[in-house]
Amino acid sequence: MKMNKLKINKTAKSNFITYGIVIAAFIIVQILVSAGQVSSLMKGLLVPLCTYAILAVSLNLVVGILGELSLGHAGFMCVGAFSSAFFSKCMVEVIPVAGVRFFLALLVGAAVAALFGILIGIPVLRLKGDYLAIVTLAFGEIIKNLINAFFIGKDSNGFHFSMKDAMSLNMEADGQVIVNGPQGITGTPNDSTFFIGILLLLLTLFIVLNLIHSRDGRAIMSIRDNRIAAESVGINITKYKMMAFTISAALAGVAGVLYAHNLATLSAQPKNFGYNMSIMILVYVVLGGIGRIRGSMIAAVILTLLPEMLRFLSDYRMLIYAVVLIVMMLFNWSPKALEWRERYSPKRLLKKKQEAKEGE
Amino acid sequence: MSFISYLINGISLGSVYAIIALGYTMVYGIAKMLNFAHGDIIMVGGYVVLTATAAMGMPPMLGILAAVIVCTVLGVTIERVAYRPLRNAASSLAVLITAIGVSYLLQNVALLLFGADTKSFTSVVSIPAVTLAGGDLTITGETMVTIAACIIIMAGLTLFINKSKAGQAMLAVSEDKGAAQLMGINVNGTIALTFAIGSALAAIASVLLCSAYPSLTPYTGAMPGIKAFVAAVFGGIGSIPGAMIGGILLGVIEILGKAYISSQMADAIVFAVLIVVLLVKPTGILGKQVQEKV
Repeated sequence: MKMNKLKINKTAKSNFITYGIVIAAFIIVQILVSAGQVSSLMKGLLVPLCTYAILAVSLNLVVGILGELSLGHAGFMCVGAFSSAFFSKCMVEVIPVAGVRFFLALLVGAAVAALFGILIGIPVLRLKGDYLAIVTLAFGEIIKNLINAFFIGKDSNGFHFSMKDAMSLNMEADGQVIVNGPQGITGTPNDSTFFIGILLLLLTLFIVLNLIHSRDGRAIMSIRDNRIAAESVGINITKYKMMAFTISAALAGVAGVLYAHNLATLSAQPKNFGYNMSIMILVYVVLGGIGRIRGSMIAAVILTLLPEMLRFLSDYRMLIYAVVLIVMMLFNWSPKALEWRERYSPKRLLKKKQEAKEGE
Repeated sequence: MSFISYLINGISLGSVYAIIALGYTMVYGIAKMLNFAHGDIIMVGGYVVLTATAAMGMPPMLGILAAVIVCTVLGVTIERVAYRPLRNAASSLAVLITAIGVSYLLQNVALLLFGADTKSFTSVVSIPAVTLAGGDLTITGETMVTIAACIIIMAGLTLFINKSKAGQAMLAVSEDKGAAQLMGINVNGTIALTFAIGSALAAIASVLLCSAYPSLTPYTGAMPGIKAFVAAVFGGIGSIPGAMIGGILLGVIEILGKAYISSQMADAIVFAVLIVVLLVKPTGILGKQVQEKV
């Protein structure tokens, strides 16, 4: 009984530390901003930092908790970003209050991303391992490609849709092109703020941490640890896989909403929604520790800031970034490096000293 | 007649994909890792040939040889420094992320050395184009060389794997590392050899790719790399004939999709076909279905 109580306190404590880090970071940044210590470059990074942290936490749900490798996370972000930007742009005159509009856009983005999560999850989750990874990558690329071929316009007659070009929308004179193929959506209201970003990050953490420590979360983790054993004790594999995948997709959609409302022009390029982005998010997750929610959040922040902090190296910064990435991976994962760390860890050395003292 | 010419172009592009995919599939079969840096080795090969032939004035054959040597050394070095320490890591994702790091590293080194601007690549193939069917059908020298190279490599590799001792060792290591070691096979050496062959193939692919599509940037290798990876999965990852079939099918689908459906959507079509194939055959066309034992 006592043991049980202690254990619950431990997870609760760990969760509060996670929330505390986010809130403390927010307060520190606010103080620095009001003291004028933050450059405009850094200010521009605040919302993206929240976006990437949310993405990393949501991908960790699939990679770390469900144990499946997904390389298409940017696709869900893309869907969330475009659906919400479309909504906001249409509603700019109808709903003048930015807060309400953003909240509704958030719901739209998350819902559409979740829907895509379900649609893609049904076929994808039948596969295993690297095959699953390549199919998620394929879906991400298809989403990016399709969005680049979309043209949607609005005039007095309603919406017009085309997959060829803006001219074939056949709009009236007062028509306005909303989604313009490869040019994407321009003029999305800039509703994202650092405060909203932090709130959404806290919400994401709350959802994911609560899920992990719930009955459903334990079922999901049991699938990761041993699928056959989980199946044999009556866990519905498909249901729980879909649950994790869909929640993760919806949260990536939330990150997409945040991302879209921070930019004047939203277009689906390989750089922001291609497989490179998905891989980048995966790097955050693995470097932060697979299955460690707090870790992926911190890794996302550090790895986003690292290229900026290395700016004084100019041309060499991405080179250094790559070397740092390789060295960090070797140091954190190589069995030999781990053994070495174990041998020379401060904790162990301290213990040795103590033992030597006791021996005297 | 245009259909046949598209088909031949498709087979030619597919042959390049197939050669790259062979490297992917061999490395995957033996080291069970996705070598994301494979595409960037292609890019390195392209720059080596360009430097050797255009800047240093070497004859094309010598340039190709230089590219093969540089890429082989590079591949083996990467394996030794970045991948081998992580072979027994707790998660197989660790080595995947390291491969991504190596990919960034190669791209940025190339960016520093050669700049971001597109370099035009002069074809190393000097065979004239052949005109068939009264001028309706033209087959370029590059196309013929590419297809021939692909067939020779495929046949050579199959012979090597099935007949030579080193090839048999590769099969053994890919089946069971521990048992292979007990039989006296040098596992580290065999894996290094696999990386060497894969990288040498990447160098040859780079020459063929750059001769057919004569532009070179530090990011040239990324997309063919991903496509070849798709091709390898398509045919059943780990299987050599599978990589071949997958690569050629992928090339044909891409070119026909570009020609008849939409040039913008060609990549989406390729990926959609992949998804359909994997849903029908979850381990690819020639992949082996491994039954899980409890």
